[in-house]
Amino acid sequence: MQRIINFILNYRNAFLYVFLLLISLVLTVRSHSFHQSKFFNSSKWLTGSLYQTSSNITSYFDLREENDRLAKENERLRFQLLNADANLNSSDTLNVNFEVVNARITKNSYASPRNYLTIDKGEKAGIKQDMGVITTKGILGIVENTSTNFATVQSILNMKSNINAKIKNTNYFGSLIWDAKKYDIVQLTDIPRLVPVTVGDTIVTGAMSSIFPENIPIGVIKNFSLNEAQSFYNIDINLFNDMANIKNIYIIKNKNREEIINLEERILNAQ
Amino acid sequence: MLNNPVVINIARFVLLVLAQVLIFNHLNFFGYINPLVYVLFFYWYPIRENRAIFIIVSFTLGLTIDIFSDTLALHALVSATLAYIRPILMRFCFGANFDFQGFTFKNSTRLQRITFLFLLIFIQHLIFFSLETLSFSHILLILQKILFTSLATFILCVLLSSLFAIENV
Repeated sequence: MQRIINFILNYRNAFLYVFLLLISLVLTVRSHSFHQSKFFNSSKWLTGSLYQTSSNITSYFDLREENDRLAKENERLRFQLLNADANLNSSDTLNVNFEVVNARITKNSYASPRNYLTIDKGEKAGIKQDMGVITTKGILGIVENTSTNFATVQSILNMKSNINAKIKNTNYFGSLIWDAKKYDIVQLTDIPRLVPVTVGDTIVTGAMSSIFPENIPIGVIKNFSLNEAQSFYNIDINLFNDMANIKNIYIIKNKNREEIINLEERILNAQ
Repeated sequence: MLNNPVVINIARFVLLVLAQVLIFNHLNFFGYINPLVYVLFFYWYPIRENRAIFIIVSFTLGLTIDIFSDTLALHALVSATLAYIRPILMRFCFGANFDFQGFTFKNSTRLQRITFLFLLIFIQHLIFFSLETLSFSHILLILQKILFTSLATFILCVLLSSLFAIENV
């Protein structure tokens, strides 16, 4: 016993190191699986407020550009407002399928293989996990964690991200993934070989997801090739969004999501 | 107060974390180069340290940076490793001199210090980027990131360490 204790005391630094190494390895592996990185992240109070302060200061530098973009957005919204009577018969807000909340990004990242953004709205504004996030130009990501005043968004520039997407005006859909190489290019897989694909075609979100509405723009086809089995296309997509330069975003609440999920669960349980 | 090593190291800890998460994590030079300058903590830390405390402090430093950059426990892992192998690296770089009680940075040559800093940076980037991507099919991307980011970190660290000279600590 004495010798065991002496042994441990002699190598106490090595033991300490191995112990800390194990802790960090467990945390790393856990954070690799979706929805597991919830204990420490940049949506928490201290880290969130620090990023808030820093972004309050830096947001002064690109005010002009941002104003231009907002003006364009307002222009488009006014256009829609004028044409709203043609599409919506009643102004009854209880019957709409989607609600939109706007927010600002307090921390952006696009250089790592697993990118997360922090936004300045949280549970107080009704933000919940698995809501879709878009910008004026196109899709951005999915809400992963929330705290009272902040939320973290899993960007589409994340190797864990997997979003249903299709070629515009057709119903051929595939999954949108990212190979971590360039921050302005993502990949669309699982499009069958018989589909006519052309460089320059627009890619939009598909109808298979309960997170995003159909037909939110994503990007245009840059180039494409057949995969190893020669049966599906691997398509490179140029994003509409400049992921390095975004500030104002919109969070989409699908009011029917719970109903859809309940229904799908009922089917699974019945089987 | 300013000569108290504890105060100096706490100040270094806080300033390096702030510099890393507020400035260098958002640099995105050439699209992906974000230098990991907090490695200077390991370069500046006193030589005659209590190893256990040093390992724990380094782990905390890494964990703090992790929480800010959503890379949970990657920086912590790298920092704990650097703290653990630092004495081995020092013995390698400074040779037999290192074992004398009176050894300080003052009686080492510039080349020895640069080699020490370079080894710290190289090991840090090697571990960090391999674990960050954790995929063998991205090996070229990982090597590219290791090469260019460690070069950027190295240049920045040499500049910063000559700005805040170590001689008067």
